[in-house]
Amino acid sequence: MCDRSKFILIGAAVAAVALAFGYVGGWLTPRRLSPQRLIDAFEAANGPHPGFRRNHAKGVCVTGFFDGNGAGAQYSKALVFAAGRVPVVGRFALAGGQPFAADTAGAVRSLALRFTLPDGEEWRTGMNAIPVFPLRTPRAFYEQLVASRPDPLTGKPDAGRMAEFLAQHPETARALKIIGSQVNSTGFANSRYNSLDAFRLVAATGAVSSVRWAMVPNEPFAPDDPADAGARAKNYLFDALITALQHEPLQWHLMITIAQPGDPTDDATVAWPLERPQLDVGTLTIEHAEGEDQGACRDINFDPLVLPVGIEPSDDPLLSARSAAYSRSFTRRVAETKPPSAVRP
Amino acid sequence: MSTPGQFTAFTRLLHWLMAAMVLTMLFVGVGMVSTVSTRYHPLLAVHRPLGIAILVLVVIRLINRLLNPGPALPAHLNSLERFAARASQVVLYALMMLMPLVGWAMLSAARYPIVLFAGIHLPPILPHEPMLYALLRRTHTVLAYVLFATFLAHFGAALMHALIYRDGVFASMAPWRKAGPGYTAPHQSR
Repeated sequence: MCDRSKFILIGAAVAAVALAFGYVGGWLTPRRLSPQRLIDAFEAANGPHPGFRRNHAKGVCVTGFFDGNGAGAQYSKALVFAAGRVPVVGRFALAGGQPFAADTAGAVRSLALRFTLPDGEEWRTGMNAIPVFPLRTPRAFYEQLVASRPDPLTGKPDAGRMAEFLAQHPETARALKIIGSQVNSTGFANSRYNSLDAFRLVAATGAVSSVRWAMVPNEPFAPDDPADAGARAKNYLFDALITALQHEPLQWHLMITIAQPGDPTDDATVAWPLERPQLDVGTLTIEHAEGEDQGACRDINFDPLVLPVGIEPSDDPLLSARSAAYSRSFTRRVAETKPPSAVRP
Repeated sequence: MSTPGQFTAFTRLLHWLMAAMVLTMLFVGVGMVSTVSTRYHPLLAVHRPLGIAILVLVVIRLINRLLNPGPALPAHLNSLERFAARASQVVLYALMMLMPLVGWAMLSAARYPIVLFAGIHLPPILPHEPMLYALLRRTHTVLAYVLFATFLAHFGAALMHALIYRDGVFASMAPWRKAGPGYTAPHQSR
């Protein structure tokens, strides 16, 4: 072989490695959904709100503790399920990327928690007060964000584009129907927060169970009265939560639902049958609320895949997407200067 | 054991093992930050322990290099080539050391649990400071691209020595036992 063909060979080898790197990095496949694109879509749909979380932007920090009753230990070796108390930092929020939107009864309420376990382990979870999640895949989530982008002329989302999206995603139309039929409770304190995504619990014996979990309130359910909607303060949901916590702590029970064969673990738009047994594994006590400008939750990314040994991700495609997108949102917001949050207890 | 003009077997083993690990790491890294697919979480789970393994190995390798410097560069290289060879090695060593440290430091500054394997955690090496996390996270990306570019240069130079110069430099680090004596003059083929 002559030197010239060897030079070409060497150049081709170096170029091939560089191209492979570019392919894996997504530069050759611009349609690939990256965390950047997903977060860009949030910013385009909601406008820029530097320093705020790109989703669940309006919120308040809370602190408290969790008392495991030991009942979960037969399903998971995670220390959180052993009998005993662990400290918790959390955040109540409203879904959506608008940090200054007025509270409404229909806004989706969320509760994110970080359990600090012995030995440096953590469990982070983000739950929502809806029975199912409206979107099945990250791609559908992205398309829905693009469809809900405000029209530059009217400033409002184009109803036609959303109708088109729903026609292409019957699972979303079905899920929205279930969500729409839920009667809203009066506030954060008497809402039930669902994991929506499935996870796998691993027992000390190695046995694996697919589960979903929920924080079920001790406060009795009271239906929201739409007749009051006109007279409500802008932060009425948060104000009520803060006032309640000034009087006494609020409690929820962590209920684990164990899947039976055939229950979908990869589709958060589908509810599991109501008759599935629910296991009470402990009590969450929330004692104090603090503003998220200084509060302990400010710098926590409630990444649902920060899991202790004994809890593992399921095959739900939303989990990796949430983890990747939350990380991107966190990286952007902590580098930005943030104006004061709407809720300041 | 090594033939004259060749790095010791242990040095060569470390070199090729780390070459595979570092290249894997670069691809895992660039892949995981550009996807929201179900590949994201498993890639991230591999990224942390593999990075720490590289950090441990690069320390062993630095000590080994001080003890066994290996053969000198061949005499025919001009001063620019000598500088390039030395500088690219310094950059490679520095980045192999820095990348895992910056990764560990950035997770520390954001107070993410630094999980290596089930139940095995590393302690934080920086105070909880989100702004510092943001800076280190960007640094991690920039250094990764610099490392990949330096790797490409190193790879291209290795192939030049192996195929064009045929001066024994490639053979000195080749995974197999070198047949001949020390360095030879660059091969003159036309």
